[in-house]
Amino acid sequence: MSPAAALPETGVAAAIRARLAGFVRTLRMNGFAIGLAESRDALAILAAADLSRPTLLMPALRTLFATRPADWERFPEIYRAYWSVRRTGMRVTTSGASRKGGLDIRSWPGPDAKRGEEGAPDRVTRSEAEDHAAETEDDAQSRRAGGSRIESLAHTDFRHLSDPSEIEAAHALAERLARRMRARLARRERVARKGRRLDLRRTLARAAERGGEPLDLVRRRPRRKPLKLVVLLDASGSMSVYSATFVRFMHGVLAGFARADAFVFHTRLIQVSQALRERDPVRAAERFALLAQGFGGGTRIGGALETFNRAYASRTLTSRTAVMIVSDGYDTGEPEILAREMARLRRRARRLIWLNPMLGWRDYAPAARGMKAALPHVDLFAPAHDLASLAALEPELARL
Amino acid sequence: MTAPLDRDAIAKRLVATGYVPDRDLAVALALMQRLGRPLLLEGEAGVGKTEIAKALAAIHDTRLIRLQCWEGLDRAAALYEWNYQRQLLAIRAREGHDARAVEAEIFSEAYLLERPLLAAIRQEKSPVLLIDEIDRADEEFEAFLLELLSDFQVSIPELGTIAATSIPHVVLTSNATRELSDALRRRCLYHYVDYPEPDREARILLARLPGIDAALATQVARFVAKVRREDLAKVPGVAETLDFTASLVGLTDLRDDPEAVHDALIALLKTREDRARLAPEVVARLVEASA
Repeated sequence: MSPAAALPETGVAAAIRARLAGFVRTLRMNGFAIGLAESRDALAILAAADLSRPTLLMPALRTLFATRPADWERFPEIYRAYWSVRRTGMRVTTSGASRKGGLDIRSWPGPDAKRGEEGAPDRVTRSEAEDHAAETEDDAQSRRAGGSRIESLAHTDFRHLSDPSEIEAAHALAERLARRMRARLARRERVARKGRRLDLRRTLARAAERGGEPLDLVRRRPRRKPLKLVVLLDASGSMSVYSATFVRFMHGVLAGFARADAFVFHTRLIQVSQALRERDPVRAAERFALLAQGFGGGTRIGGALETFNRAYASRTLTSRTAVMIVSDGYDTGEPEILAREMARLRRRARRLIWLNPMLGWRDYAPAARGMKAALPHVDLFAPAHDLASLAALEPELARL
Repeated sequence: MTAPLDRDAIAKRLVATGYVPDRDLAVALALMQRLGRPLLLEGEAGVGKTEIAKALAAIHDTRLIRLQCWEGLDRAAALYEWNYQRQLLAIRAREGHDARAVEAEIFSEAYLLERPLLAAIRQEKSPVLLIDEIDRADEEFEAFLLELLSDFQVSIPELGTIAATSIPHVVLTSNATRELSDALRRRCLYHYVDYPEPDREARILLARLPGIDAALATQVARFVAKVRREDLAKVPGVAETLDFTASLVGLTDLRDDPEAVHDALIALLKTREDRARLAPEVVARLVEASA
């Protein structure tokens, strides 16, 4: 049924159409994925006598436009804001929200226009150096300088980076490192997986029992579940020097890893997978900043893990999931809670990795109470203060 | 397809089939029929998603064809498969015949094993196709399903393209164990199924357990709603409430027999931790608050 035919082209119809278009725009700004087909169907709903009654219109449009639980929950509020009080009070999310403390996302650079060629070098850092060098090759001298600068970047603690261009270079490297890591892991995964095809060799062997007729069909075993990664990032004040780099790293990992989830925690836990799946790093950063808003002081790692275990673990963890916690272990909550929740998490995850940037400091010993409580449950406790230590993670992930 | 029912007619027929719908479900079902889109139902396990598909089949007075998804589900199990064993026997039995005739014979419909998806598009009357727990299937299967749901035709290389004789009413359910693709979500209408509110749950109890006292049904529904708010590993669904209540038939007030209530809890709480968490005092407090 064509809505154009259902609605005669009158002033009223045009007004309704314009109003609906505005509503669709509002929803899109709030992250709803709405295509042309949905808009057309919405017009059909407005034209249908039994569904356009005021009390039924909201549920009808909701069932059409919402596609996931979070949207389902928010829809009535957005609907009321748009259709009844249109003037003000509309809680529309727009880009460029300002915020204080935590991660400095807005200082992130523009979209990553350049894409290095896909090689598989043994030493990631060196090839990144060459990559980078190739971009500035007009000037031989600056190329050499650029190369060595990147080389040293790999081993510079993130907190010692102060020059904005250095910081940006480190972020870009972290992102590309993550992409490369992901590409290589995905390849191993493909090689390891086999379809559920007929296993001819074993079928024929079995046929001998049946007088040469292959009556018993043998199939290859079902393939393994794909690898999955869940990252929990500490975004508290004590981690702020490192967080921005890790957000970029997480974005790189999530960009193509079909199965990955990301969460950020501070005083509470927020799922950021959707935001970080945004293709454009700048838009991803904006959405991320929006989600991370309202973070207060103090870090409750134990509480955040408890939330994760209760609300998200069952749907995000599979038997082939690695959980990566990135935190310095400074927990303002009770260490007992942290220990208990770590134990629960350990039971459900395949591997539990804790990255602690401070581990890279020369005379650091994990003395923080939280860190002590968590350590017994961790499979791998590794430093993550520079790019080289991030690169060293790949073989660990591959062994899952 | 029969003429679309309007929302009120659907609501009325749902009640007539014994299903107690939540307020907005009838709207979703009416839309589904009018727009010809599949309906995606999401919600915790045990909130009655599958029941909705059964009720839909009942109100349209048609068959329910169910495809249960699992990890590794492929086209052979979901769509069609050749009956290889029969084909092999047929070849052996016709040895010496014209090879081409034998080939035409063994790749005919008689040797085709129809699986749910193929069956669903070859019915006389539009059936309800329930694709249960789509989140358990692999992403590849999801993509394939998306294609089928937009074209409603199947191409079998040896037989040619089979077009749908009737477009099924498609209901998909998901427990959100995995994130579904945006493409699939956009293709579908969406309805989030929550645990029923106490009022509705009491009506469900009365509809399903005719012998039950109305006051008890109200009390149990309130009690269960409170239990669901406790921090449990496995939150009881509607089926658990039904079992729990069935073992209390004869009672008119939960406060009369704490022991019976305690014994009946095994129907409601299915893990040891949850049983330990709801100590008798806690249960007594919840019962008191539900009266």
